[in-house]
Amino acid sequence: MGYQIDLKKMNAILADLSKTYTIYAPKRFVGDGTFAHIDTIRYGEISDLAEIEFAEKSNYSFKEVLLPISETLFYFTENEMKEADARAKGAIVFLRSCDLHALKRLDTIYLENGAVDSYYKRLRDNTKFILMGCTQSFENCFCVSMGSNQTDDYDAYLKVDGETVLLNSRWEALDDALAGATAKDVVPDFVTENDTVVELPEAVPQALFDAPFWEDYGNRCIACGRCNFVCPTCTCFTMQDLFYTDNGKAGERRRVWASCHVDGYTDMAGGHAFRNDKGQRMRFKVMHKVNDYKRRFGTHMCIGCGRCDDVCPEYISFSNCINKLSALVKEDN
Amino acid sequence: MLDLNTKKIKKNAYRVTKVRGETASRIRVPGGLLTADLLPLIQHIAETYGNGKLHLTTRQGFEIPGIKYEDMDAVNTLLQPIIDKLEINQEIPGKGYTAAGTRNVSACIGSNVCPFATYNTTAFAKRMEKEIFPNDLHFKVAFTGCANDCIKTRMHDFGIIGMTEPQYDKDRCVNCQACVKACKKKSVDALSVENFRIVRNTEKCVGCGECVINCPTRAWTRSPETYYRLVIMGRTGKRNPRLAEDFLVWANADAIVQIVTNTYKFVENYIDRTAPGGKEHIGYIIDRTGFEEYKKWALEGVKLDQRTIVKSPVYWGGIHYD
Repeated sequence: MGYQIDLKKMNAILADLSKTYTIYAPKRFVGDGTFAHIDTIRYGEISDLAEIEFAEKSNYSFKEVLLPISETLFYFTENEMKEADARAKGAIVFLRSCDLHALKRLDTIYLENGAVDSYYKRLRDNTKFILMGCTQSFENCFCVSMGSNQTDDYDAYLKVDGETVLLNSRWEALDDALAGATAKDVVPDFVTENDTVVELPEAVPQALFDAPFWEDYGNRCIACGRCNFVCPTCTCFTMQDLFYTDNGKAGERRRVWASCHVDGYTDMAGGHAFRNDKGQRMRFKVMHKVNDYKRRFGTHMCIGCGRCDDVCPEYISFSNCINKLSALVKEDN
Repeated sequence: MLDLNTKKIKKNAYRVTKVRGETASRIRVPGGLLTADLLPLIQHIAETYGNGKLHLTTRQGFEIPGIKYEDMDAVNTLLQPIIDKLEINQEIPGKGYTAAGTRNVSACIGSNVCPFATYNTTAFAKRMEKEIFPNDLHFKVAFTGCANDCIKTRMHDFGIIGMTEPQYDKDRCVNCQACVKACKKKSVDALSVENFRIVRNTEKCVGCGECVINCPTRAWTRSPETYYRLVIMGRTGKRNPRLAEDFLVWANADAIVQIVTNTYKFVENYIDRTAPGGKEHIGYIIDRTGFEEYKKWALEGVKLDQRTIVKSPVYWGGIHYD
């Protein structure tokens, strides 16, 4: 159902919803960037629509709402353990079409890939998703190539137009709250073309895994992991079991984000690591995003947000890598 | 027949050169940053009144050699748009640069361009220029964006080295240890890991921001306030060249400006009036009065940030040839 409502009234509705939901959206964190006087756009709590950064792409994705960067799973003493409490409130997340497609990837990994991950599920079940439109493609976006530029899989669509808010709601509680608003047909803004166009490879033959092509990345990549951490579809984590230092017999288990580019990712007992070469790490990531995941789950993992290209301090372009790989695959055939 | 007052010439930023009849015009560029449209104006002066050559000075200025003394007025007229654009504190418009005592306030490229810089060095240099120019006293002030000290502030009377106080959000940390490695290899090894989280040794940390620069998740960010290390009384020269030593650490900008202006009063009071040309390096004056006396003058009325560490007494080393 589509609505038009005054901005102040919509903010009042949000204030009301925030009694039961924490509202997360891309926000500008002033001076929070890598370098002096550089801002970061990333997810944080908001209480007013004015706090949302609609005009720029967020540097980090929404995934930290559902997959906290560092999450305590349970506490333990000598003979007992207790699961960490779930978030008291539900969550409302503002995000763009590409990220809604990324949500499907997270769901696939955490809910449909063997045992259900209860820590993910308990956050996910309690979360509503509000779509932010895209009136223009940002730098490095290639959502159209990945088919993630459009979606109708949202709880609501919201657009701020001056002092007016346009909404499309599929969420009963929000419909109820909007009962007094003017009915209006609202069609979400979606982009239909990007400057960056990516040609996806057909199945990549095993022979290309050791192609010299990857060596270039081995020389360029510094293994910082930024591409993984900003990626809305990277889902790897590692475990930290720690003992409280004043006691030593009690502690907690945390899970924290992991990155297949960062040293230590393939470390095994005994000290062996099987992907020390950074070019091979790039190969592993690229294969997962645009080859292996599809073979297993039917869609590509990458959703084309281009954040990896935005953030790489060494100017490695993931999208260009896919294009070069596709050319190699064609040559190989 | 030339009949010149060389003292006035020097105060007008012209050099009495070794070449009889020829002077050199010095164009100060505070903070070392200028718009490229000024270059043709400088070129025009050099080609019209100089010998067509330019010297890039160590203090981020241009020196135009080969100018006839009688052309100084004409050159001053041509300097005016440059002086206006650079927002130089000028005594009499149209009469060129004033003062050759206090030297150009220089700055590294700073946060306009450099990834390591913690602040806009040019902006702070220009703020200092407004406070201390024109002045006959021999002061050298330089600004550098981080502890790398590319402008070599430690060879100045006042060196201002940018610092940021790293802020750690433990819940954003993935223990990748990029910060630990960077701090160990590029800085002072102030970070360690305890229970998968980073511990910063605040005694060792120099505020360079390598942890912030290398953090992939924004667990490390910069403090909203920029802090500065104020190093004082470095110098080159014949008697006792030495590096500047720390006076304040984690200082605020206002305190630094006030300490520099306070020092002018100190020098006015204690300078050796018989010194050649009426100029004496501040450091030698402090050597004579003792550090405690200088400190009293320098910190007069200064409001220090609660984080600021005052190093006292300050001892200098260097090589003694005297």
